[in-house]
Amino acid sequence: MFKFIIRRIIQTIPVLIGVSILVFSMMHLVPGDPAQIMAGESAPKEQVENIRERLGLNDPLPVQYFNYVKDAVQGDLGNSMRSGRDVTTEIGARFWVTLELAIYSTVLAVFVGLIVGVISATKRYSFADTSLMIIALFGLSMPNFWLGLMLIQWFAIGIDLPSWVPFINDTSWFKPSGWGSFAQVVLPVVTLGTASAAIIARMTRSSMLDVIDQDYIRTARAKGVKERVVIYRHALKNALIPVVTVVGLQFGGLLGGAVLTESVFAVNGMGKLIIDSIRARDFPVVQGTILVVALLFIFVNLAVDITYRYLNKRIDLD
Amino acid sequence: MSQSTEHIENTRTVIKPPNPRFKNWKIVYRKLKKNKSAMVGGFLILFLIIVAIIGPYFTPYAPSTQDILNKLQSPSADHWLGTDNFGRDIFSRIIHGTHLTLIVGFFSVLLGGAAGVLIGITAGYYGGRIDSILMRLMDILLAFPSILLALAIVTVLGGSLQNVIIAVAISSVPVFARIVRGSTLSVKKLEYIDAMRALGASDARIIFKHIFPNITSPIIVQATLNIATAILSASGLSFLGLGAQPPQPEWGAMLSDGRNFLYNAPHVALFPGLAIVLVVLAFNMLGDGLRDAFDPKTKE
Repeated sequence: MFKFIIRRIIQTIPVLIGVSILVFSMMHLVPGDPAQIMAGESAPKEQVENIRERLGLNDPLPVQYFNYVKDAVQGDLGNSMRSGRDVTTEIGARFWVTLELAIYSTVLAVFVGLIVGVISATKRYSFADTSLMIIALFGLSMPNFWLGLMLIQWFAIGIDLPSWVPFINDTSWFKPSGWGSFAQVVLPVVTLGTASAAIIARMTRSSMLDVIDQDYIRTARAKGVKERVVIYRHALKNALIPVVTVVGLQFGGLLGGAVLTESVFAVNGMGKLIIDSIRARDFPVVQGTILVVALLFIFVNLAVDITYRYLNKRIDLD
Repeated sequence: MSQSTEHIENTRTVIKPPNPRFKNWKIVYRKLKKNKSAMVGGFLILFLIIVAIIGPYFTPYAPSTQDILNKLQSPSADHWLGTDNFGRDIFSRIIHGTHLTLIVGFFSVLLGGAAGVLIGITAGYYGGRIDSILMRLMDILLAFPSILLALAIVTVLGGSLQNVIIAVAISSVPVFARIVRGSTLSVKKLEYIDAMRALGASDARIIFKHIFPNITSPIIVQATLNIATAILSASGLSFLGLGAQPPQPEWGAMLSDGRNFLYNAPHVALFPGLAIVLVVLAFNMLGDGLRDAFDPKTKE
């Protein structure tokens, strides 16, 4: 196991190098002079030259790359062209906001997805199974930015309820923007978590069905083991192994999906930072944020692989 | 041709064994026909394609005609799905936008799929160092959440629908490459490939004539499902203002316009979103059905 972890960590090194090269090249692949683009079309020559000097764009490319990596390893991702502040500082607090959003959404998705998946699998071809799977298919097919807008419409702006409904007049229960309080967190988390919940539900269902048909489950039932024990102790435990991988992949997807969700709910996280910086042509911030998200994604995948290996020692990942 | 040789030719056609590949397609088609959800998805796609082609000739209004006096109108007999903030008819705009959505979906998958298949088949067939290098490159692309990768590419290329297609295509390359590599590895091990090699067939012939036709099923399934995700990503990029540019009636961009009027005209955001859901749903339903139909474990 220890050897496997070490080998898996060594395997990520070329990926890390590749990612850094790709992120570094972003600025140089933009058609035209990056310094001119950042300064603006009509900027005076001195200002453009100043930017070029400040970003080290006059050095040969390998030197620039080497400096970029050297600084990045020390936590220096350059300075924002807009605010002049450290990119690391700009990302700082926003990193935790996005991480929180992604973690809450993952927790919600796993919770809902597992319950729905198990119900569907144990009541195969029933009305409940069919309806839940249709809902899951919708969940999977909805653009999350649209779902977000609709949730704002229904539960933040709210719908007036008819007078015969006791105690409540409308459904404006949550806040449409910001991050921090419970009322602000609910809608973005539901928005971001829905598609993942649907994917996990479908995965859990099919994985459970594979397991339920196997001999040892039939044996357990024949021995008179209670159905509840068969489902939760015997079947679910084994069915969860492939689900772990999906959850890991989903977490990465959620980091990406956060870009849209944060934009809809004006959540001040890394996603919104990327979009704002793209609009302002603030390349150092775009590069830094994308690099941080990619690194986070790589490490989550590493953790998932290790967990997968731990859960299923028979599997040889080579 | 003399009569006798013609006779021999005829007998040859008669005794020719049925092509197993053709038989498999028949089974797949039969399974698919029995799958209601897949059929609904398939017909929906067909319907959408027809709408995309002939729909624009039948819309009650032109997609860009503004009528400021009638802006933000709720759905009515005049404007079935209401009007937007410029008084443009939302129904007409959605119909005119159908082809944009389908084109983005099809072309990004075609481009990304073709590149991914080529990379995957090369890696799987040649193995060794070529495999390692190609797959490490794919790992690097996979290290970015796909929408983020597309976002980065659009940032570099600039915002336009064409660049969105390229961006979404690139972000789907590694998915295809991985699947195709896996399938190629399993087909490569089969004896008849060894036999072909022993007979002196060239690599290109083995790859295109003998390996590729045997790995089409996972590619078809992945392509169908990928059109769904490609449409979601592309409309997301347009929603962020990085894809289609105004006044193009692209659904993601229309949704983005609608977000400012959620309080007094929620229909502006509602309908383009429903249109996206419908298309994505259709491709997901067909994709799911194809996966089941190609799976030898599922019964006919």
